[in-house]
Amino acid sequence: MGSQKEEVKLISFLCSPVCRRVEWGLRLKGIDYEYIEEDIFNKSNLLLELNPVHKKVPVLVHGNKAIAESLVILEYMDETWKQYPLLPQDPYERALVRFWIKFADEKVMYGGYVAMISIGEEQEKRVDEVRKGMDKLEELIKGKRFFGGDRIGFLDIALGWITYLLPVWEEVGSTKILDPLKCPAISAWVNNILNHPLLNDCLPPKDDLLAYNHRRRKQFNPSLYH
Amino acid sequence: MADEVVLLDFWPSPFGMRVRIALAEKGIDYEGREEDLSNKSPLLLKMNPVNKQIPVLIHKGRPISESLIIVQYIDEAWSNNKSPLLPSDPYQRANARFWADYIDKKIYSTGRLVWGTTGEVQEKAKEELRESFRVLEKELAEKTYFGGDMFGLVDVALIPFYSWFYTLETTANFSITEEFPRLVSWAKRCMQRDSVSNSVPDQYKIYDFLLDLKKKMHSIE
Repeated sequence: MGSQKEEVKLISFLCSPVCRRVEWGLRLKGIDYEYIEEDIFNKSNLLLELNPVHKKVPVLVHGNKAIAESLVILEYMDETWKQYPLLPQDPYERALVRFWIKFADEKVMYGGYVAMISIGEEQEKRVDEVRKGMDKLEELIKGKRFFGGDRIGFLDIALGWITYLLPVWEEVGSTKILDPLKCPAISAWVNNILNHPLLNDCLPPKDDLLAYNHRRRKQFNPSLYH
Repeated sequence: MADEVVLLDFWPSPFGMRVRIALAEKGIDYEGREEDLSNKSPLLLKMNPVNKQIPVLIHKGRPISESLIIVQYIDEAWSNNKSPLLPSDPYQRANARFWADYIDKKIYSTGRLVWGTTGEVQEKAKEELRESFRVLEKELAEKTYFGGDMFGLVDVALIPFYSWFYTLETTANFSITEEFPRLVSWAKRCMQRDSVSNSVPDQYKIYDFLLDLKKKMHSIE
C-alpha cells in the first residue's frame, strides 16, 4: 500500500511507441507521474544510470526502483496498482495475451518498421509478411470492440502503435499496409482507440513522427533524400 | 483426463528444455511427445498454427506456445505449489522478467551465429556473446542463482544454453570455462538439480547433434 504513494517518473521519448504504451497504462490506471523527455540521439547520464544494460527508453522510476522494457514495466504496474487491471485474471487468457503481443511485436511491428525503411523488392516482401500478420490480428478482434473485449486491455495497449504510427510508416515508406476492406474490425478498433477519452490526447504529434521516421528511412537509404 | 498435460517437444531444443525443467520443478506429471521437425505432426500444426514450432504445452486440451510464456503459465496455473518460479514481490518479478527477456534477445540468436558462421561475422558474434556473458556474470554476482537463493525464471531461461557451451568453444575456439568461471559454476550448480539434469542433455550429445545438423545443411547447399 505504501509503495503506491511513492513518486512515479517516466523517462520517455516523444516518438517512441513503446514509451507510449507505458503512458497509456499510467493513464488508464489513473497514476500520477512526472514525464521526462529523453533525447535518444544524445543520451543523458540519468538514462545511462537507470538502464545501463540496454541504455534505452522507456524507464519507469517508482520511488527508488527503476524498471525497463515496456512490457515488463506494464506487468509491474499491473501487479503494483490494482485498479483497472490490464491483464486478464485467468492464467490461460494471460498466456494468450502474452503470445499475441510477442507475435505482433516480432511479425507486425518490427516487420512494419523494416518495411518503412526498405525499398523495392525487399519492401514488398516485408509488406506482404506484415499484411499476413494483420490478417491474424483481424481474426482475433472480430466481433469485439477492443482486443480486451469491452474495454481496453494489455493487448490493445501493446498494439496501440497501429493507430498512430502505422499511417506514418505508410506515408514515409510510400506503401500501404492496413487495408480497411480486408481488415474492417481493426480499422474500427483504430477509431475506437483514437476517440477514447483517456487516450485521444496522449498521441505523439504527427509532424514529429514524420520527421523522426524520415530520419530513420534516410539513414538506410541516403540516396532517396536529396 | 481433464488435467492431462502434454508437451510437444524436440530433445535438443533449448526452448523445450526450459519447459521440461519448469514442469519438473513443479512436480507436474506430463506426457512428452517427441516431434520430427522435418515431418511435423498434425497435432503440432493444429496446436500451434501460427508458428508451427515446439515447444507447445497442451493443458486441458488448450495449447500454450513460446517457452517463456509457457513457463510463466506453469507458474501461474500451478500457483499453490511450493516451488514458485517467480518471486512474489512485483519489483523482483520485474527484474526476473527483464533478465529473461535479455537472455532471449541476446543469447540464443548470437550463439547460433557463433556456431553457424565463420570469419569476421563469427568474430563479431563471439565478441557480442562475450559481452552478454560479462553482463550476466555481473548480474549473477555472488548469488547462488540469478534470483538469489531461489532457482527461478532467469535460471530456467538460461541453463539450457549450457548444453551448447562445448559446441561453441570448439567451433569458435575459446574457453567459456576460463573466461567466465562464475557463470560455469552457476551452470554446474543448476545441473545438480534433478529437474535440470533430467531435462538438459549432455554437452557432447548436443555437439554430435549440431555437427550432424551442419553436415546436413552443407549437403543441401
